[in-house]
This record gives sequence, C-alpha cells and structure tokens, in this order.
Amino acid sequence: MTFEQIIFYWFAAVLTASAVTVITVRNPVHAALFLVLCFFTSAGLWLLLEAEFLALTLVLVYVGAVMVLFLFVVMMLDINVEQLKQGFVRYLPVGALVAVVVMIELLVVVAGPNFGVERFGPPVKHDADYSNTAELGYTLYTDYVYPFEIAGVILLVAIIAAILLTLRKRPKTRYQNPSEQVQVRKEDRLRIIKMDSEPPTEGR
Amino acid sequence: MIETVYLSIVIAPLLGALIAGLLHRQVGRRGAQWAALLGVGLSCVLSFYVLYRFVFLDQPDFNGNVYTWMAVDGYGFYVGFLVDHLTALMIAVVTFVSLMVHIYTIAYMADDPGYQRFFSYIALFTFSMLMLVMANNFLQLFFGWEAVGLVSYLLIGFWYKRPTAIAANLKAFIVNRVGDFGFLLGIAAVLAYFGTLSYAEVFAGAPIVAGETMEIIPGRPSGVITVICLLLFVGAMAKSAQIPLHVWLPDSMEGPTPISALIHAATMVTAGIFMVARMSPLFEFSETARVVVLVIGAMTASFMGLVGIVQNDIKRVIAYSTISQLGYMTVALGASAYAGAIFHLVTHAFFKALLFLAAGSVIIALHHEQDMRKMGGLRKLMPVTYWTFLIGALALIGFPGLSGYFSKDAIIEAAHLSNQHYSNAVYWTILSSVFVTALYTFRMVFMTFHGEPRMDDKILSHVRESPAVITVPLLMLAILSVIVGAIVAGPLLFERWFGDSIFVLAQNDVLTQMGLGWHGPLAFVLHAIRNPAFYFMLAGVFTAWVFYIWKPELPGVIAKRLSLFYRILVNKYGFDELYQNVIVRGSVGLGRFAWRYGDQALIDDGLVNGAARVVKQASASVRRIQTGYLFQYAFAMILGLVALLSVFVVWQVYGV
Amino acid sequence: MVPLSHFLILNAILFSLSMAGIFLNRKNVIILLMAIELMLLAVNMNFIAFSRYLDDPAGQVFVFFVLTVAAAEAAIGLAILVVVFRSRRTINVAELDELRG
Repeated sequence: MTFEQIIFYWFAAVLTASAVTVITVRNPVHAALFLVLCFFTSAGLWLLLEAEFLALTLVLVYVGAVMVLFLFVVMMLDINVEQLKQGFVRYLPVGALVAVVVMIELLVVVAGPNFGVERFGPPVKHDADYSNTAELGYTLYTDYVYPFEIAGVILLVAIIAAILLTLRKRPKTRYQNPSEQVQVRKEDRLRIIKMDSEPPTEGR
Repeated sequence: MIETVYLSIVIAPLLGALIAGLLHRQVGRRGAQWAALLGVGLSCVLSFYVLYRFVFLDQPDFNGNVYTWMAVDGYGFYVGFLVDHLTALMIAVVTFVSLMVHIYTIAYMADDPGYQRFFSYIALFTFSMLMLVMANNFLQLFFGWEAVGLVSYLLIGFWYKRPTAIAANLKAFIVNRVGDFGFLLGIAAVLAYFGTLSYAEVFAGAPIVAGETMEIIPGRPSGVITVICLLLFVGAMAKSAQIPLHVWLPDSMEGPTPISALIHAATMVTAGIFMVARMSPLFEFSETARVVVLVIGAMTASFMGLVGIVQNDIKRVIAYSTISQLGYMTVALGASAYAGAIFHLVTHAFFKALLFLAAGSVIIALHHEQDMRKMGGLRKLMPVTYWTFLIGALALIGFPGLSGYFSKDAIIEAAHLSNQHYSNAVYWTILSSVFVTALYTFRMVFMTFHGEPRMDDKILSHVRESPAVITVPLLMLAILSVIVGAIVAGPLLFERWFGDSIFVLAQNDVLTQMGLGWHGPLAFVLHAIRNPAFYFMLAGVFTAWVFYIWKPELPGVIAKRLSLFYRILVNKYGFDELYQNVIVRGSVGLGRFAWRYGDQALIDDGLVNGAARVVKQASASVRRIQTGYLFQYAFAMILGLVALLSVFVVWQVYGV
Repeated sequence: MVPLSHFLILNAILFSLSMAGIFLNRKNVIILLMAIELMLLAVNMNFIAFSRYLDDPAGQVFVFFVLTVAAAEAAIGLAILVVVFRSRRTINVAELDELRG
C-alpha cells in the first residue's frame, strides 16, 4: 500500500464517518462542526488530486466563512433541538432505502463496464514547477471570463439580498444622515438674536 | 349567328325577370308585365325559329361551352348548351306554354298586389327551364333542376299569407330535396365513373362503363349504369311526381292557377321525363333501371287516376290527372319508347295547360271558388271556356283524332309490344287506367258545366265569359291540342326525327316495330275501332254520364257500399299520413332525442359541464397534495430523481 | 496511485448519505442546508477527480463556480432563515405551511 493510498483511505474513512455524523447528530452545532471536519478531509483529498488552489479555497471560504455563518446562525437562533428531531426514526427506513437505491444506481453507472472507468489511466505527473493556481487562473480568465464575471454579479446580488433580508429598522435607533450633514449651512446651526445688554449682576 | 339566337333564347327571359323583379318600383305594374312578356315572347319567337330550322332546314346540332365556371383537379365545369332536335322541341313547347301563361296572367292576376313579383317569377321560371333543357352537361342540368324547384317553391307560396300555401311550398321543397339527394348522388357517380359531366363524353363512354360493377352492399355487385340510372330516376320521381314522391303535386295547387298550368302541368314536372329521355344512352344499358321505371310509371298512372275520381276541388282533379299522365310518360320511358314519352309530354303540355287555364277561367268567374260541388251549368254562360275545356278533356282521355289519342295510344301500344319484365301487367294496368281517366275527366266536365247550377244566386248573376286575354290563350292552346298530335305523330314516333338525341338499342326498339303498322294519321284514327283503349274510354265517359247526369244519386250509394275503398281513395292511400306519422314525427322524435340526449345530456352535461366537473373534482383531490411543507416538495423532487435515474440505469446500462 | 473509480465510489457514498440526510432531518432547515452543502461537496470532488485524471483544468473551473454559487446560496438561505425565525420564532419546517393552497 503506497503512501498515497493510505492517505486516501484514511481521509475517505474520516469523511464518510463525519458525513454520517452530520446527518444523524442531534445538536446542530455538532453537525456544523462535523461538517467542518468533512470540509477539512475533503480539502486533504483535493490536495491529493493536486488541486491545491481549490483545496485552500475550500478551507478558507467554506470553513472560514460559510461554516462560521452557519454556526453564527445556529447560535443566534434559540432552537428547540428535541422538537426538531421528531420523526427521525420514522423516516429512517425511507431515507435509508432511498439512499441505498441511489447509491446502488450510481455505483452501477460508475463502476463496472458501463462507464468505462478503466479507460482512465493513472494521471500525468506534473513537473516540479507546475502551478495549479496559475493553470486555473489562466483558464478562468481566458476561456471562462464571462461566466467568471457573471459569478461575480451573483455574489454581489447575494450580498445585497442577504443584507436586505436581515436589515431591520429599530424604532429607537439613531441614524446619521450624511447628505444632510454635508449640506448643512451656517443658518441651520447658528441663530443670532438681538438683545439688550444687561449690566452684570454680582454676588449671585 | 345561330349561337346568338340560342343565347338570346336563354337570356331574354332572364332579363325580363330581372327587370320585373329588381326594378319593380321603377317600371311599375305595366312595365314589369311588358318586360316579362317581351322577354318570353322574344324567346318564344326565336325558339320557333330554331324549331323551324331543325324541321325544315336540317340544322346541325350545336354543342358548345360558353363559359368555364370552374376547373377543379382536372375536371372542368362549364356553362354550355346542347341544341339538338330534342332540345329544339322542348324549348318551343316551354316558351310557347310560358307565353300563353304570361298573357293569361295579365287578366288572372290583375287585382293582385304581387303583380310584378309574379311576372318576375314566371319569367325566371322560363329562364330556369330553358337552362335545364338546353344544358350540355350534368352540372348545368342540376342548376336548372334546382332553379325550377326554387321558383316552384316561390310560386306555390306566392300567397304567402295563407298558412296552407306555406305548408304546401315547404312540402314541395322538402319532397324535392329527397329526389335531389338521389339526383346529386347520381351526378356524383357519373363524375366518379366517367370522369366528366359533359353529356357527349358520358354518352360516348356509356357502352364501356356498362360492363363495370360496383358493390354498394358488400358482396352484391351491381352494374354501375344501373346504380347511376336509379339514382337519377329518384330525382326524376320527385320532379315528375311519381309514387312515392308524388305527394307535393296536389298540394302545389295552393299556388295561383297560371302557375299550376305552367309549372305543375306543362313544364317543370316534365323535367324528370325530359331528363330520362335525355339520358336514354345510359338507361338503354340498364335493364333493371328500365323495369323499375316501367313499374313505377304504371303504378303512378293507375293509382293516382283513381284518386282523381273522388276529389272535389277542380284543380286537384287536374293535378291528379297530371300525376297519372306523368305515369304514362314514365311507362313509355321504361318501355324504351323515349320518343313516345316526349310526344306525350308535348301533347300533354298543351291540353293540360289548356285544362288548367280553362279551370282558372271558371275559378275567376266564380270568384275563386274551386269546389266542383258548387259549380254546374256553366256551359251556356261561358261558351268559349266550355268548348275549350271540352277539347282539352277529350284530348286528355284520348279521343280519336285529338292529340292525346296519338300519344297515349302510342304509349299503350309500346307497353304492349315491349318485352320487358312485367310489361304485360303494365299494359293491362295502363289500359284500364284509360277508363279511369275518362271517368274522372268527364265527371269534372259534367259537374262543372252541365246539370243545374249549384252556386249562390249572387255569384251566379255575376258569371260572365272571361276577357280576351284569357280566351285567346285558351283558343290557341285548344287549336294546338287538336292538331299537334296528328301532325307530329308520324315524324316524332316513327321517322326517327330525334336522330341521335335519343338512343335506343335495336332489341328494345318498340317504336320501330310499331312503325311497321303506321299508315298515316288518318288510318291510325280509323284504327281506333279495333282498339280496346277506345272502348275503355267510351265506357269511362258513359259511366261518368250515368253517375253525374242521368242518376246523380248513384255515386253516393256506391261510395257508401264500397266505403272502405272510398275512404282509401279520399285519403289518397294514406301517403300523407304515412309521411306525417313516420317520417315527419320520426324526424321530430329523432331531433328531440338528439337534442335531449345528444345535446343536453352528452354535450352540455357530459362534455361542457362534465369537463368542468372533472377538473373541479380532480383539483379538489390534487389540492390535498399541496401541503405547503417544503420538505415534502423536496422529497418529491428526490423521488423523481431516483425514478429517472432508475429508468436511465435500466435502459442505458442494461439496455432493456 | 489511487484509481479514479475509488474517488467516484467515495463520492457516490457521500451523495447518497446527504440525500438520506434530507429525509432524516426534514424538520431542521439548518441541517437540510448542511446536507445540501455535503451534496455539493460530493459533486465538486467528482469534478476535481475527473479534471485530474483527464488532465483538463475546466473541471476545476466548474468547481470554482459551484463554490461561488454555493456560498451565495448559503448566505441567502441563512438570511431567509433568520428572517423566518424572527417572524415565526421557530425554524420547524412542520410549522411553516404558508404555501398550502
């Protein structure tokens, strides 16, 4: 067993086990944490596939941003875990059956002579100075430049949508109005009134 | 040059009709009258010129298309004219009788508010009839056929405020539709099997098609020609009032009398006879069709004559007589004596028009009284009418020397000599009908003109002889009724005057066989002494005399003794009741059934409301599936995915 | 070297597990979203494996896009979740039946 195989099987085992945990554990916080583990192990597998850029992106974007968001939401919301777990056992046979059927079908397609997997020989070894990031970037900014820009727009829309959805006006909150602040004039702030001069009063 | 004449014959009455009809306000009563009269008069003069050329100058036949109506899928439909001996004779008869009726109408309809309309109609009728007889193809024949039917409908219902007239014209129209159905099918069959509607081409192809068969009932092949001829004859049966499609003709007497004379005696009803004679090259190739024609004709001739004996309305007696005489013509057609049928058609046109117009003269004199029980004794008061009527009656019963004698005797003899099936029975049937004809005709003469006057004194004091516009047509028709038979019998029947217009196979040619004994009209008249028909006729006249002059109480006694027979005749064999109860009620019942179960139950409740109901119920049950739970929708998607994947795996991977 | 089929089988298992997860955690929207992330992960890994074995960077580009869209989806999904919770004080799917006809 080569070193690569040992790594693959180890990561695969951890990935499968943590995925099972994600879907079965009661507490959503635990589920999120096991999902993080899934992502980490996947990143390891992706490194094995020499997709270094995406492996790092997965860790940074998913673990660093998306999963933190998940955890944040889970903790922010006061969730009744027991209530949400009702019916778990009742649906177990159906879920298991569907999962098994899909898995068998996928395996039938993928494995065996149908898909022709044996045509794919061992991958080409890259040179030492090969850069996955440069390769990906080159492809992305030439052949896929328009989809790339559309992806950027999608992210922008997602940002705006998320902000807009969660934005809430609180009645007591005080806001600044920058445009009014900028346009303010002397008369708005300073009022000069005429009054008779009064002699200073002493002693009071 | 002669083509212009032919075209003018057709166009002149049409112009008259259009002026009288469309411009009736502008031209007024006189204008409409003169427009129609001049149109038909011109047509009549030209027709006689054409006849003259055919008789004396050996005019060649004309057959040509004037106008291409349409061309569909290789078939051409034309407006075209065929003028041969048969056509020349027909147009002369049609336009002459029509002209006489036009002149007569001036007096008869003088007080009618629909004066212009009437002239427009009869001129239009003349045009239609000319189109019919001058057609050189089946489509134009059908056009004329329908056009005369339409004008007949309009004229029977001319007094459209009378409910009986409306019922009668509706009846005529519907019964004729039955015939037209067969006629149209026949034309369609001609087009299907001959590939053309032109007479000349169809007749030329007849011997070839004669051998072909078709299967209308599966497994029972029948000759194509037979089927075509029988279908065409169905049309002729309706138009020429043969049993069982005769029921409209007596009722059509609701129309004005000139119309009864023109349409329902002299011209339109003979269209069927003319058509069959024109189709002789087809009918000659179908033994079966000719037997059917023969038997139908004999039945019509005898049964309808018997009904005439018990009618009291003078016009209805003549109407039944017309049906009976049409039956004689049909017998002649069935016996292959086409020339005999046309001959009788011509003579009958004259004397029947004469009888109708004379009857109309009587009716006018008695202020529109048509019941013969309220007539009598008019002989002295209306001498011209009486004598002309008597001539018509004698011609009708076939008194030797008058026109009817030649034509009717030729038909009886043709039936006698024919070697068709049933021709023997037919011979005896129509021979005995001679007695019946004489009986009802002279019953009419005696009841109307002899004996004591039976009308009110007030009416009696007003009875006058009719004016010249009425008596002149009567006299002219009377003269023709006397002489035309003797003049034309020889050439028409025995000297093959029609030439190629009428085609008869050698083995069926009864007229030529009869011609062997022809020694001129005078000998033919003298021959009457040895002719059984003559004695049948005398017996009929004598019986009428006994019943209505000598012992007037006898008919009542006989009617009482033979009450069953009498009732059958008075009810006209129950044809009307049969049609009313079976066909009319059946149609109404069928319509009601279709309305209730087909429309209301099936379409309204079943399809229209049913569709809505199904949608409503289906959506009510489907609505429960929409729970609003997102996860169930997700399940549905996943299950669908699984199903699709399964199908893909099974099909693609295992190749099932 | 690990053969390609091993990766495919691993991903098939991962995909099926997440599908089962959708069935099992039908009431908890958060875990539903997590199961969907797992599904996407399986798909992504397939893309990368094929990309590696076919020596074609296009597969990785697709993963890139999938990550983008998945991030956007997670952001919006969680935002919706927060709004729902704010108005209904629950994220129990069984109580969210406003779509019922």
